Amino acid sequence: MQIPGAGGGLGAVLKNRFLLRLLVRKEIHVRYRGSILGLLWSYLKPLLQFSVYYVALGIFLDLQGTTENYAIYLFSGIVLINFFTEAFGNATRSIVENRDLIKKIYLPRELFPMSAVWVSAVHFFPQLLVLAGACLIVGWRPDVLQLSLALVGFLIVACLAAGLGLLFGAVNVYFRDAENLVDMILMVVTWASPVLYSWILVSDALGPWFFLYQLNPMTVAVELFHLGFWVPTLEDTTGPALMPDLLGLWVPIAAVLSLVVLFIGQFVFRRLSVNFAQEL
Amino acid sequence: MAADAIVATGLRKRFVLRHTRSLKEAFVWFVRGRRGELVQKFNALDDVGFTVRTGETVALLGLNGSGKSTLLKLISGVLQPDAGVIRTRGHLAGLIEVGAGFHHDLSGRENVYLNGAILGMSQQDIEERFDSIIEFAEIGEFIDTEVKFYSSGMYLRLAFSIAVHTDPDIFLVDEILAVGDEPFQRKCLAKIRELADAGKTLIVVSHDLDLVSSVCERGILLENGRLVKDGDVASVVAELRQRASDH
Repeated sequence: MQIPGAGGGLGAVLKNRFLLRLLVRKEIHVRYRGSILGLLWSYLKPLLQFSVYYVALGIFLDLQGTTENYAIYLFSGIVLINFFTEAFGNATRSIVENRDLIKKIYLPRELFPMSAVWVSAVHFFPQLLVLAGACLIVGWRPDVLQLSLALVGFLIVACLAAGLGLLFGAVNVYFRDAENLVDMILMVVTWASPVLYSWILVSDALGPWFFLYQLNPMTVAVELFHLGFWVPTLEDTTGPALMPDLLGLWVPIAAVLSLVVLFIGQFVFRRLSVNFAQEL
Repeated sequence: MAADAIVATGLRKRFVLRHTRSLKEAFVWFVRGRRGELVQKFNALDDVGFTVRTGETVALLGLNGSGKSTLLKLISGVLQPDAGVIRTRGHLAGLIEVGAGFHHDLSGRENVYLNGAILGMSQQDIEERFDSIIEFAEIGEFIDTEVKFYSSGMYLRLAFSIAVHTDPDIFLVDEILAVGDEPFQRKCLAKIRELADAGKTLIVVSHDLDLVSSVCERGILLENGRLVKDGDVASVVAELRQRASDH
């Protein structure tokens, strides 16, 4: 005999892949209902965002003078940050938003944050295509290693967003403050990694405390995206383009950190999810 | 001797009446030396225990607020007990809150898939039973229309049809016999009897005592969260009527 409502954690999500797929499809369908441009919006928004930053920072503050192919540098970071922001934000809200279902029918609750992360990955994909297209125009010549490292960067962000989404999504059921806290974190995250500027500025400013900045898995993931998309477009690769010790030291640390976050998120989520139905 | 389908012992469920929803209030309470209760609680269920054998049809009876729906949610796993143990055997599906898994902006067809999957059907199950679901629901050509344009009757018929096609071992039924017009009600009732005859375990919650007596063999009477009588359905219904008239 089994215990009704005994969750299987993330393993249960794997067993319910069919339902997960339907939830993802529903989410995408519902988001663009009655909209003429539909999925095109997921191209337009990042393009506008990119243009604003490019004009303000690249042209007015002349960052393109110091950073070669600044537009590519900027955009490769932005798409990754967008993925993180959307995945983390939506996963945090997913439990409260699906309360009608959670209160009535038992499902593995991890399905909701996980489908939020997956939906964000679906939105990330067209942006990635735009990025790849832009890279090709300026002479992109990546090797397999650089591309696989960009994939590692993506996986680090996915784990981190899923872990944080599980954690804050569960806490949000008890204290709706979590939503606002997450909004604030998301405001900072673009600036807390080398998306708009180069890591060298931070290194100069922080001095011996620079390692704190490097501990942020988002910093490492963004640098991996620079490695996969921006570096292969550069003609002169002699300068210190990327953070020192990136591959040997910081990538493993970021991978471990994001897995730890995922584990903690899953652990807390399971502990709190027992009482979701009555707290919502 | 049939195997046990549901075994419950010493179930207790406490609910919180007043709640603080913000960190600020919790913090203030904490700083003030945790004086007073942050929350007020009451027992929705207290020391409830019973065993249901496979194939039994059981009516959960009681006046409003007696804990019937809470018990049903404990069986379905939506809620977890604060004390006691509950175990179930086999696949379990509920006709609780028919249509809870529906999304208004999806078509009938998409909702069949989504809701079917939510109720535990695999892709293959749904594809095999799709035609039968549509036929039972009498939806016909409207299957590709968004369900927000459905009449309330069509909506409920489709939801009910999906639920009965999940083919569970244990079937939880909460006040769904008020579904649709009379011909459809008769059809639903016939379907439920068919499930019972097929050896499915049935747990029914309803205020329609005559109907319950005709569908179920056994009754369990709850009053203020306590199990007060467990026996054949006629005697339990009589007991409930007696107690209701004393009120």
